[in-house]
Amino acid sequence: MTAISLKNLDISYGHTQITHGVTLDIAAGASFALVGESGSGKSTVLKAIAGLAPQWKGDIAVNGKPRSHGIDRGFSKMCQMVFQDPYGSLHPRKTIDTTLSEPLDIHGIGNQGKRVEETMAAVGLDRRFRFRFPHQLSGGQRQRVAIARALMLEPRILLLDEPTSALDVSVQAEILNLLKRLRREQGLTYLMVTHNLPVVSFLCDRLAVMRGGRIVEVADVAQLKAGTLVDPYSRELLAANKGHALESA
Amino acid sequence: MANVTDWLLDDSPASRMQARLGRTYRIVLALAKNPLAVVGAIIVALLIVTALAAPLIATADPIAQNLSQRLLPPSADHWMGTDELGRDIWSRVVFGSRITLTIVLLVAVIAAPVGLVVGAVAGYFGGWTDRILMGITDIFLSMPKLILALAFVAALGPGIQNAIIAIAIAAWPSYARIARAETLTFRNSEFIAAVQLQGASATRVIGRHILPLCTSSMIIRVTLDMAGIILTAAGLGFIGLGAQPPLPEWGAMISRGRTFIVDQWWVATMPGFAIILVSLGFCFLGDGLRDVLDPKQGEKQ
Repeated sequence: MTAISLKNLDISYGHTQITHGVTLDIAAGASFALVGESGSGKSTVLKAIAGLAPQWKGDIAVNGKPRSHGIDRGFSKMCQMVFQDPYGSLHPRKTIDTTLSEPLDIHGIGNQGKRVEETMAAVGLDRRFRFRFPHQLSGGQRQRVAIARALMLEPRILLLDEPTSALDVSVQAEILNLLKRLRREQGLTYLMVTHNLPVVSFLCDRLAVMRGGRIVEVADVAQLKAGTLVDPYSRELLAANKGHALESA
Repeated sequence: MANVTDWLLDDSPASRMQARLGRTYRIVLALAKNPLAVVGAIIVALLIVTALAAPLIATADPIAQNLSQRLLPPSADHWMGTDELGRDIWSRVVFGSRITLTIVLLVAVIAAPVGLVVGAVAGYFGGWTDRILMGITDIFLSMPKLILALAFVAALGPGIQNAIIAIAIAAWPSYARIARAETLTFRNSEFIAAVQLQGASATRVIGRHILPLCTSSMIIRVTLDMAGIILTAAGLGFIGLGAQPPLPEWGAMISRGRTFIVDQWWVATMPGFAIILVSLGFCFLGDGLRDVLDPKQGEKQ
């Protein structure tokens, strides 16, 4: 079954068209990466699926159901998003407990205390963080809270917008391990946007390379690991990433 | 005592209540370290106590006339002297604090929420909603506050209630502007996007996520504006459109004392002092609150 299916998706902001005819199929249970440089439109695709970029033409279907342009409640139970910046994605005046109960409150789900504790345990957050404010947590802990918040409604699909790029390298590894474990335990489908190819090889099994709002290549991660990407631009990106990895090593 | 402090400052609170109280306690602590804020808080507290306990503090009936004792200078019997009808000015100033406090509180309670909601709605929805709401706000803002309040009182008829309504009508637009500006700074932030994605309605996003972030700057602004509100109320009283005689309203008292300003200076000066003192108190408190509650500084703590 296809979890997310995009057909000829043209997304615009005002009069500027960002993507051109994006067509993708992501199988349920897969972990799919969208890679490309800044401005290639990869985050925009994610936002359109989430409902945050409502100006698009084409088709978006999630779990076989066509997606409306806005945000609807049924959809939010199927699909949630984890944002890039853990410092900007948590409400500064709300305790972790309030942040995590909010989705339950919106959907009128009871037994909130127990659910909050369970989800906190699932993302590896100690109970004593429950009534802290975001400014009392580290970046990695905040990102765990953001992941926990996305999981509160038990969605099958997670949209990940560069979930580790704002974190320290050692913390990045923790979050990546957490995401890998959660996917295994809960059978989630991931659609991740990143420009970091090592992250793709660690967490994903397929990837699409985007450039200038178009998909230039869809490949298996095995191809990425073996360095046998076909499109010249993908190879260029791979080479650039290797160079970057060497530089930073 | 040490236990209570530890409990309040606990790094890992065990309940929502404890987290909230701890936050309040930290704000109070920070406020207590700011000398000006403490002075302001003391003055405002004095005003409140005076208003509540006016019959106990006053030495005479504020409206009892005694023509044999008119225009006496300050003395042990009459701490602030007496006015042209022989009424004790000290008692009138004390009872006047009730009127001032009522006006200030009611204006704040009416104007601040209206401004907050209008601004947050305009900022959140943007587009035509924003243009229409801000257009209305700008019309009100384009007229000087006192003149606008004057026009409304003239239309509604003189009296305290109408003065309160008029001042509130003149005061809300600036709050709407602030709330809108504040809302715009985080309407596109990721924590708002996150609640939207959870399926929250616009009312919920504005009420539970945007307004709480606007309130601290609103509290600061309202406290700082209190001085202006007191002056406007006194101004209305001075020209006879506010509280009506024999009510001991400070502005009206100054107006009556104006006739004797050269020979019997205390008649106009004493209520004047009261106005200055209370205005200063609110200004100091507002400044201190700004230092403590400013969102950017709050982030750093």
